[in-house]
Amino acid sequence: MLSPELGHYALALACILAAAQGILPLIGAQRRDRRVMMLAPGLAVGQLLALLTAFLCLVYAAVTDDFSVQNIAANSAVSKPLLYKITGVWGNHEGSILLWALILGICGAAVAAFGRNLPSALRARVIAVLGAVAAGFELFCLTTSDPFARVWPAPMDGQGMNPLLQDPGLAFHPPILYTGYVGFAVPFAFAIAALIEGRVDAAWGRWVRPWAVAAWCFLTCGIALGSWWSYYVLGWGGYWFWDPVENASLIPWLTGTALIHSAIVVEKRESLKIWTVLLAIATFSFSLSGTFLVRSGILNSVHAFANDPARGIFILGLLAVVIGGSLALFAYRAPTLTAGGLFAPISREGALVLNNILLCSLCAVVLTGTMYPPFMSLLFDRTISVGKPFFDATTIPLAIPLFIFMGFGPMLPWKRAQLWPVLQRLWIAAILAAVAFAVATFGMSGILPILCSALAVWVIAASVLDITERVRLFRMPLSGSLQRARMLPRSIFGTAIAHAGVGVTILGLAAMSQAQHKIVEVPVGTTEHLAGYDWTLTNVTQEPGPNYSAMVATLEVRHNGKIVTIMHPSKRSFNSQNQTTTEVSIHTNLLADLYGVLGDKHGTDAAPTYVLRLHYNPLAPWMWLGALIMAIGGVLSLSDRRMRVGAPRRAKSSPNTVTAA
Amino acid sequence: MTRKTRRLWLVIACVACLGAAAALMLKAFSSDIVFFVTPSQVAASAPPADRTVRLGGMVVAGSVKREKQGETPIARFDVTDGQAAVTVRYEGILPDLFREGQSVVAVGTMHKDGFVASEVLAKHDETYMPKEVAEALKKSGKWDPRFGPPPSAASWNSMTVQDAKKGLPAADAPATPAPAGN
Repeated sequence: MLSPELGHYALALACILAAAQGILPLIGAQRRDRRVMMLAPGLAVGQLLALLTAFLCLVYAAVTDDFSVQNIAANSAVSKPLLYKITGVWGNHEGSILLWALILGICGAAVAAFGRNLPSALRARVIAVLGAVAAGFELFCLTTSDPFARVWPAPMDGQGMNPLLQDPGLAFHPPILYTGYVGFAVPFAFAIAALIEGRVDAAWGRWVRPWAVAAWCFLTCGIALGSWWSYYVLGWGGYWFWDPVENASLIPWLTGTALIHSAIVVEKRESLKIWTVLLAIATFSFSLSGTFLVRSGILNSVHAFANDPARGIFILGLLAVVIGGSLALFAYRAPTLTAGGLFAPISREGALVLNNILLCSLCAVVLTGTMYPPFMSLLFDRTISVGKPFFDATTIPLAIPLFIFMGFGPMLPWKRAQLWPVLQRLWIAAILAAVAFAVATFGMSGILPILCSALAVWVIAASVLDITERVRLFRMPLSGSLQRARMLPRSIFGTAIAHAGVGVTILGLAAMSQAQHKIVEVPVGTTEHLAGYDWTLTNVTQEPGPNYSAMVATLEVRHNGKIVTIMHPSKRSFNSQNQTTTEVSIHTNLLADLYGVLGDKHGTDAAPTYVLRLHYNPLAPWMWLGALIMAIGGVLSLSDRRMRVGAPRRAKSSPNTVTAA
Repeated sequence: MTRKTRRLWLVIACVACLGAAAALMLKAFSSDIVFFVTPSQVAASAPPADRTVRLGGMVVAGSVKREKQGETPIARFDVTDGQAAVTVRYEGILPDLFREGQSVVAVGTMHKDGFVASEVLAKHDETYMPKEVAEALKKSGKWDPRFGPPPSAASWNSMTVQDAKKGLPAADAPATPAPAGN
């Protein structure tokens, strides 16, 4: 029943519904015709149902090994485990576009469902913008990347999936990352709707912020998951390559972070309005260009166009319409928005502006570093690459002031503040940071890692102090403090936790710069010494797997004679793809990772030697743990009462509320 | 504080941050950019020993030698673009996809006795060729991608431009099977 043809039909239907969703509510809102406006939620839900049907058809085809579908034949195989048959659906270009459209459909339906209390014209316009964007991508999917195309004659077995991608971490990385990318379509739609209406006020800031925070949480988790995957699957011992694909996710994360901060100023002070609208447009534009330009390989190589000109031109056209159109609308309408007041440099809003300036400078640096090589090769025919040395030299000096001011920002009162009282409250954090600096000087090398560890401690301590100061911990009876803590808005805790998460991540990054590694070629029975541990290669065996054969090493790791762990790094050879993968073995105690990689076998069969790479990665798990803490902070701030009720009223309109997703 | 001074503060902050960003980038562009070089470029004029470059080409078939210094594994191999070859010395584990006769990018510095790589990249799958390597091969007239997969590296020094167009290795070269696509 769930045939590929049904899927194809459902996709076409979704495209038509999306087009209707993109046009009718806009007309309704313009004519103030309630009945036409009320079509928007129904169309959004209908589009979602059609997309869901299409997606399920593709999953069904993948699970039932329908190799007459070209996409399945090219990316799946009978022998592939069920989990990867399902997740393999979005592991290729066509399927990932369909997933992207599905998530966009979910966003539209979510606005329809949770935005019931938005003014009807605003809601209709937001849903319409989402529908118009969705229609473009569904048309792209239908015309140039049809996931349901049949192939004849149908092969007996598929070509299989790259073994590197057969990993649970990567299976769930794309949906989470895409939800982050696509989630920023909602603030984008709010921005476009506000530009059409010509009106941005505090209530708008309050409505847009939960969507931005939700998308930001997913993007944070998605980036962390991707980095973790490259750490434990690729086996090179690093966690971030400054690859265009990675940068493409970091750029919208930076502007998105700026957006969730500047929206606070819109909400509280009715200021920075035009800037916030621009940030919302920029964040989604970067998300779009990131996924489509980078993932389609156009950024890496201009020749990707030659492979499939229709696809490349369609993508560029679509991006030009979405990004160019929204920027043109911005240029045309922004002057009509009333500008907010200026404010004192030393104040909460001043600190938030500084946060925005620094984050945008960082974004500019990453963007330039990513775009420079393709431009150089296009314009001057020079092949260059920009890597870690460039990004280290440019991003760290800009990030340092950001970390310093992160400690002050949340403590500054609105409107007018004085630095001295805040400094007085932060003296404990300053002392802790100084202690951390002193400790780090003994244990670490390099001024930047030492400075960053001290700043990480500063950020974490300042976040904790922010809460303890607010509840007057130890200044009043504990019950009183608890009472105060209960009364504090959850967004205060959210801020503190998210900031502390940043501190945890910085600490992890700083410590990882001190990682040690060793590469040796040894026979079985040799003991190596690294970072105070004794690593003994006790055995190497050949073991068969379901669709590969593996060479598995046994590594006993001892510390002061006591056995810490027995690791089994291995090397798999996949018969079907003539490919080998390295299976890293990692032992963590949360303070450090012991990381073992098995390389090639050399020597004669009588006296074989094995190449081993051993890493000692201090505080490695903290990098991703910090990202998780940031996301938890975001979720906590989403659950704030103010985001759900608290009546974000517009002047002379009925009490409107918005529910956070 | 007047409106004017407040605006001034804002402008100062913006200019300072973006100025710092621009200055940092300009400095990094002059010292931290890594250029791509081909073996023939290295043969013509070797880059200074303190400058990191990416050397790309094909691994000459039969040139890979592995040895040990103490317990440290060392690999030596020749990288060619069909016109010149450079010997690369690498300490460590060669990537899973490293093969003789296939494309490779070595990141490192050029010394008197050869190229010392700190990193060797052989990416994705066996049919993949880094863009730079493909460009270099096309420039040297050794391969035209329109006429099939790249020929075996061992055959290049005796190959002519016409051979490349036909997609055939030179008659005297040992024919190697084209890698199976996936």
